[in-house]
Amino acid sequence: MSKIRLNVRLTKKLKSMLRLFIIVATTFLGLLLVTFLIGRVVPIDPVLAVVGDKASAEVYERARQELGLHLPIYQQFWIYIVKILKGDFGKSVLTANLVLDDIIRVFPATFELAIVATFIGVITGIPLGVISAVKRGSWIDQVTRVGGLFGYSLPIFWLGLMGLMFFYAKLGILPGPGRIDVFYEGIIEPVTGVILVDSLLAGEVDIFYNALYHIILPALLLAYYSLAYISRMTRSFMLEQLRQEYILTARVKGVPEWKVIWKHALGNCAIPLITVVALSFANLLEGSVLTETVFSWPGLGLYLTRSLLNADMNAVLGATLVVGTIFLTFNLFSDFLYRVFDPRAR
Amino acid sequence: MTTQNADTPLLEVADLNITFPSPKGDTQALHHVSFSMGRQKLGIVGESGSGKSITGRAILKLLPSTAKIDAKKIVFNGIDIQNATEKEMRQVRGRQIAMVMQDPKYSLNPVMKVGDQIAEAFLTHTRASRKLARDATITMLKAVRIRNPERVYHLYPHEVSGGMGQRIMIAMMLIPKPKLLIADEPTSALDVTVQLQVMAILDDLVTDRGMGLIFISHDLNLVASFCDQVIIMYGGRIMEICEAKTLHNSTHPYTKGLINCLPDITQSIDFLPTLERDEVWLKD
Amino acid sequence: MSYGVKQKYHAMQAWFLTDTPASAFQAKAGHVYTRLLVFKSNQLAILGLLIVVMLLVTALFAPLIAPYDPLATDLANRLQPLSSEHWFGTDEMGRDIFSRIIWGARLTLYVVGLVAIIAAPVGILVGTIAGYHGGWLDTVLMRITDIFLAFPKLILALAFVAALGPGIENAIIAISITSWPPYARIARAETITIRNSVFIDAIRVQGAGPLRIVIRHIMPLCLSSLIVRVTLDMAGIILTAAGLGFLGLGAQPPSPEWGAMTSSGRSYILDHWWLITMPGLAIFVVSLAFNLLGDGLREVLDPKGEN
Repeated sequence: MSKIRLNVRLTKKLKSMLRLFIIVATTFLGLLLVTFLIGRVVPIDPVLAVVGDKASAEVYERARQELGLHLPIYQQFWIYIVKILKGDFGKSVLTANLVLDDIIRVFPATFELAIVATFIGVITGIPLGVISAVKRGSWIDQVTRVGGLFGYSLPIFWLGLMGLMFFYAKLGILPGPGRIDVFYEGIIEPVTGVILVDSLLAGEVDIFYNALYHIILPALLLAYYSLAYISRMTRSFMLEQLRQEYILTARVKGVPEWKVIWKHALGNCAIPLITVVALSFANLLEGSVLTETVFSWPGLGLYLTRSLLNADMNAVLGATLVVGTIFLTFNLFSDFLYRVFDPRAR
Repeated sequence: MTTQNADTPLLEVADLNITFPSPKGDTQALHHVSFSMGRQKLGIVGESGSGKSITGRAILKLLPSTAKIDAKKIVFNGIDIQNATEKEMRQVRGRQIAMVMQDPKYSLNPVMKVGDQIAEAFLTHTRASRKLARDATITMLKAVRIRNPERVYHLYPHEVSGGMGQRIMIAMMLIPKPKLLIADEPTSALDVTVQLQVMAILDDLVTDRGMGLIFISHDLNLVASFCDQVIIMYGGRIMEICEAKTLHNSTHPYTKGLINCLPDITQSIDFLPTLERDEVWLKD
Repeated sequence: MSYGVKQKYHAMQAWFLTDTPASAFQAKAGHVYTRLLVFKSNQLAILGLLIVVMLLVTALFAPLIAPYDPLATDLANRLQPLSSEHWFGTDEMGRDIFSRIIWGARLTLYVVGLVAIIAAPVGILVGTIAGYHGGWLDTVLMRITDIFLAFPKLILALAFVAALGPGIENAIIAISITSWPPYARIARAETITIRNSVFIDAIRVQGAGPLRIVIRHIMPLCLSSLIVRVTLDMAGIILTAAGLGFLGLGAQPPSPEWGAMTSSGRSYILDHWWLITMPGLAIFVVSLAFNLLGDGLREVLDPKGEN
């Protein structure tokens, strides 16, 4: 009897996993299609870009064959898919490296920035959101909401420039653009690529502090936007939970109010909040494009904009694809986390 | 400080008025509600909106903060509820007065194990180890006639049936041994067969512990058969207070109207009467 | 107000707010009136509305309002601070910043308006069709929507502009392509809720075909949540457009696009703060206005805040 039940449950799980896999696969395929099509929309003739406009007809035709442009478009797409899955994003026109190598080199900087920013956003955003919800209408609530509203309205590149102007140019308490001071560059071996971690691993405390000083301003900038989002969602979730009847039950039991709020109500927000934090992290990838441009932070965002300004399509599309994939992964991951942690969904 | 003796009522409410502000002007939800009770089963019957639930919540001082309470007296077991601070009320809630709500689907915390929720009720009012709390919880689950209490402890609210959920609620509310239990429509969300089981459990527990019970419901027959005394409410006002035994002989027009609306399987009538409301009943 | 006017006003209010409307028109009018009252009580939303109106007026009457030609350079007077002649100072080419901001309002409005006109209808159409038809069409359309949602907006817009080349029209196309998916999602969600309701069955029984049902009955009901979402999105669209401008991918110089102005002022930030502060403030104020307006509209039109 129980064996049948076990079989039924297994097939159900397999079915849902298969469904998930199909969704992931088709979305990823779609990502590839979009980047492929964008690459084809370029008004510049890619053959001319390679052979120059003084080439003869034969050279032109040979190059065209080599680039595979004579093939029907769906075949070109197939070749593209195979290439991407093998990790071949082509070569960067600017750096002459493989795009994949470039991306691997620059990604840790963005990752470091996003992690620090998300961390700050979470430890400030969640408590602010909770207090906002509990003390609805108080000055904390107003300030948080206004601050959050500003977070949806302030242009990030402008705020970054303002920050640089005040703290670096006028007050001189924080360092200027870049990840670490020039004379510290190249001293420690990159293990993880995250300087904050690598410097500690190498025991170079000076470098650690220097890196910390450099990351504060851009991280705070991104953290502000993360905070705006997280506190708003926390407030919204908390307000919803505080209306529920189990909160009344807890109060009837005589549970102290702080426990009612932080254990019972927030506890029920925890699961959707995990999703929010994951999404916030992913959204910071977008914010990092402009932040890295302002702070000359050598991450994926700066790489993307530099490649763009130099019409380096391989690099642009490679970076776009990577960011898209990460974004997609995070969305799915947060959905997965939801399922894992919610007792009702099991 | 309690000054309780055999003659002092357990709960005394005198001239309770509750008003809620609204954009269209204040609405008065309770008008001059007065009653007292001892260690007995008191029923409060009324339609939706008659103010019965609000009365229950007022005793626990768990109304929304916008509510304005104005009473001559709300005294429970010698404690002046009306003027009690939040801190004092937290000592009262759970320990002295508890409340069972209608639907365990909503009134239980969905992400906590049911056993932990009951244990929390225990630990809030008693300094004890977690193990002691667990044992007390298991004992209480047995008292509400749940088989396999060790297994049920680890279940989540969505994994238990309505009847079991309500029994868990009762266990949770009675574990700190309160003197008064307010049951706000405890069986309205249950199937009829389950209703009787839950009522039986409530009856036994309340009688064994010598507790007072306020039973709020819209079901006149249920209240009449279960309680000692009945309060009939309408429009935020008390229409009548009478003994359950004499309820069916009541002369108050509203009560009579309610009784007449109840279909009776033994009688054969052509026309089921509806309640004719008289505005006079709403005059102070 | 004189007594007679006051009386008429109260009578009108009573007519709107009566509990017993005499006609469907009166009921509907009363409904609208109550919502207007809610909106009116939200001072911030009114502020937002005023600023948006100001933006429209400024853009329309730019030639009349701006004291100088936004493109006229005057190198003798470059990098001048705020003064009575140049309210916002001059930039590195001697152009009057105030005038450039006024004319920049036109560009902002152009971008926001076109994106809304392109993205919203596409989104509604895709969403309602997917929601109403269901089945394979729904799956396919939603896959496509999800694919576009899988890219962060700015980055996808960047990729498109990289391919199409810089310029304000390309920027508009790029932003529109990234903006329609959320509208499709909302429209689909609403359609699914509505399509199962009894009144749709009733209309179907009357013989209405699916196209008519979708266009005449379902789409109007999606409108309120969509209006809220579009208004709120405008803030983000302004920021994205400014971001593209900052990177040099939007309107090309010497166009007075606010993002581009911020970028060119970067080198002078130390001693000439007004070059980037003014355009940045303009972006901020307009974006904030749309957010406030959108929040106010949401209170009125979509109070459950499901979107």
